[in-house]
Amino acid sequence: MDTSFWILQLLNALQLSMLLFLLSVGLTVIFGLMHFVNLAHGALYAFGAYVAATIAASMGYWVGLFIAPLAVAVLGLVLYQFLIKSMRSSGPMAQVLVTFGLIFALLDITRIIWGDLALALDVPEILSGRIDFFGVEYPAYRYFVMFVGLTALVLLNLVLNKTQIGAMIRAGVDNDKMAACLGINVERLFFSVFCVGCALAGLAGAVAAPLLSVVPEMGLEILIPTLIVIVIGGLGSLKGAIAGSLIYGFVQTFGSVFAPQFASVVIYLLLAFILVTKPAGLFPAKGG
Amino acid sequence: MKKTAMISALTAGILSASMANAEPTKIGVLLPFSGVYAALGKEIDAGFALGMEEFGAGLDIEYVREDSEADPGKSVAKARKLVLQDKVDVMTGLVSSAVAGALRDFVHGAKVPLLITNAGDNSVTGDKCSPYISRFSFSNGQINRPMGTWMAQNGIKKVYTLAPDYTAGREMIEGFTGTFEAAGGEIVGGEYTPFRKTKDFGPYLAKAKASGADAVYSFYAGGEAIAFVKQYDSFGLGEGMPLYGSGFLTSPLYVNAEGDAAVGVTTVLHYAPTIDNELNKAFVQKFQSMNDGRSPSEFAVAGYDAAQALALAIKGGATDRASIAQAISKVSFSGPRGMVSIDAKTNNIVQPLYVYETVKNGDKLTQKVVAQLPSEQDPAGNCSL
Repeated sequence: MDTSFWILQLLNALQLSMLLFLLSVGLTVIFGLMHFVNLAHGALYAFGAYVAATIAASMGYWVGLFIAPLAVAVLGLVLYQFLIKSMRSSGPMAQVLVTFGLIFALLDITRIIWGDLALALDVPEILSGRIDFFGVEYPAYRYFVMFVGLTALVLLNLVLNKTQIGAMIRAGVDNDKMAACLGINVERLFFSVFCVGCALAGLAGAVAAPLLSVVPEMGLEILIPTLIVIVIGGLGSLKGAIAGSLIYGFVQTFGSVFAPQFASVVIYLLLAFILVTKPAGLFPAKGG
Repeated sequence: MKKTAMISALTAGILSASMANAEPTKIGVLLPFSGVYAALGKEIDAGFALGMEEFGAGLDIEYVREDSEADPGKSVAKARKLVLQDKVDVMTGLVSSAVAGALRDFVHGAKVPLLITNAGDNSVTGDKCSPYISRFSFSNGQINRPMGTWMAQNGIKKVYTLAPDYTAGREMIEGFTGTFEAAGGEIVGGEYTPFRKTKDFGPYLAKAKASGADAVYSFYAGGEAIAFVKQYDSFGLGEGMPLYGSGFLTSPLYVNAEGDAAVGVTTVLHYAPTIDNELNKAFVQKFQSMNDGRSPSEFAVAGYDAAQALALAIKGGATDRASIAQAISKVSFSGPRGMVSIDAKTNNIVQPLYVYETVKNGDKLTQKVVAQLPSEQDPAGNCSL
């Protein structure tokens, strides 16, 4: 177990964190701005992966990566118009139940469209090799995952904190009635935020697909880690999503190095500890 | 008076006998048609249907299909329905070992023959065997034990093992390590990864790499297998440390989703679609024509052979639950995977095993059979039938 081993594990932890960040950021953005718990997020992620795999099969990986977020955003648009909009004011319990049901509906729709067999999605040629980093060979695609995660973080941060739209969103979060009085169309704002959140889920699906496997139950399996990330980090904040992802990624990776027999328990212990000491998570959103 | 009573008793007897003949043999098929094992359930069902069509032609058979959802609780309810309400004569199916474990006592108590088509838990035909439960797929230990000896004989000295942390994972790995060490091999390390919770195998692969092993031996199935094989390849581990394992790692059912990452992986299993015998060729051809050109997998062959065994039993005169159970325990025939029989000591299948390498043939992935290992009986343990 020399230095290269530890560098490798460090990269593994970073890579897993970034993947989780991509997954959880859409969920946390929707929650933070709309106070809407969208448990179907995992199903949207699976849908993104399926779209990416289908398109990549005929038009190549990059087209798939581009189309998948758009397709999932369109699906989000449909869901919003027909379901979410009328659920906006109906309280968290009803929202959780509806979106939980949506998971299974979407899961079966995925089955009906694509069948039960796993789909193939290979890493694109240009990213299929390995990159040497201080004598440690690490898969290029995993660097790409980190890059996409970081880019999403930087862009979202810029939009939310430095642009006028960001200011409007923040105003809507702090006090939506006052924001509406000031002439901001809060409904439309939230609607576009919801679509962006869905698109992020689709992007995560497309990015994760070549690394993991494209099977119908993938959305269900990813839901728990995603929820853990945003509960640890604090619901609704960008800072919380990145902090939660890093904590999960590092605990999971180094947990499986030092105490493999406890690998699946450590993260739950941490979750329990955080819920006891800081019930709102590490960096909860200020608004609301 | 006495005479009429006798005559009426006789006619009643004749009537009931002819009624029994007129009544079809009811087969309850209990497979996961939804849930995580849906692909496997459908594959087994396709194999079973093909087998019945071929060997059961002319037999009076009625199916009752139920979705187990691979859920032990729901499966018990469905099995009760099949046995008590539908009054099936025989049951077949089961993918998950957890379901097999949950059903065992009920099936044993109800005295309904059950032909298992996947669930590989050793105890089903070991310590908790039953004269009513037979298995046409494999036991976890059975498929891995001969591979330990074979790998040691082929010059592999140090092995690192990886498998998911649940019963099947442990039984598969223990089956392998026992014979591998007995043949002079050394296990330099190993890890059981959290079952269905591990998305990123990176941390474990880094450990395997640092272990200095000649090869990695592993068992994963389904989505986990796809992710594992792809990630193993992406780290470039295959170059210095080839990947071996039980054949579920590169099952023909989902090997295409693994793509080129699966090339060069050598695995052992009771079936590969490229086994060279006439019966298998015919089976593969028929299966392909019914399934859009897709080759059958080890799951399909288990269903197919279970159907053949059941058809043989019914043709041999077995009509009710008891006689079917008895006939199944004695069955033996040649099938796509070679000569198979049911072990009278445990009711588990006895079958040859095949070591195969996944290779690329043009654009397609296929299985190159490297060696055939002799069939072996499982240790009976505390089982007495």
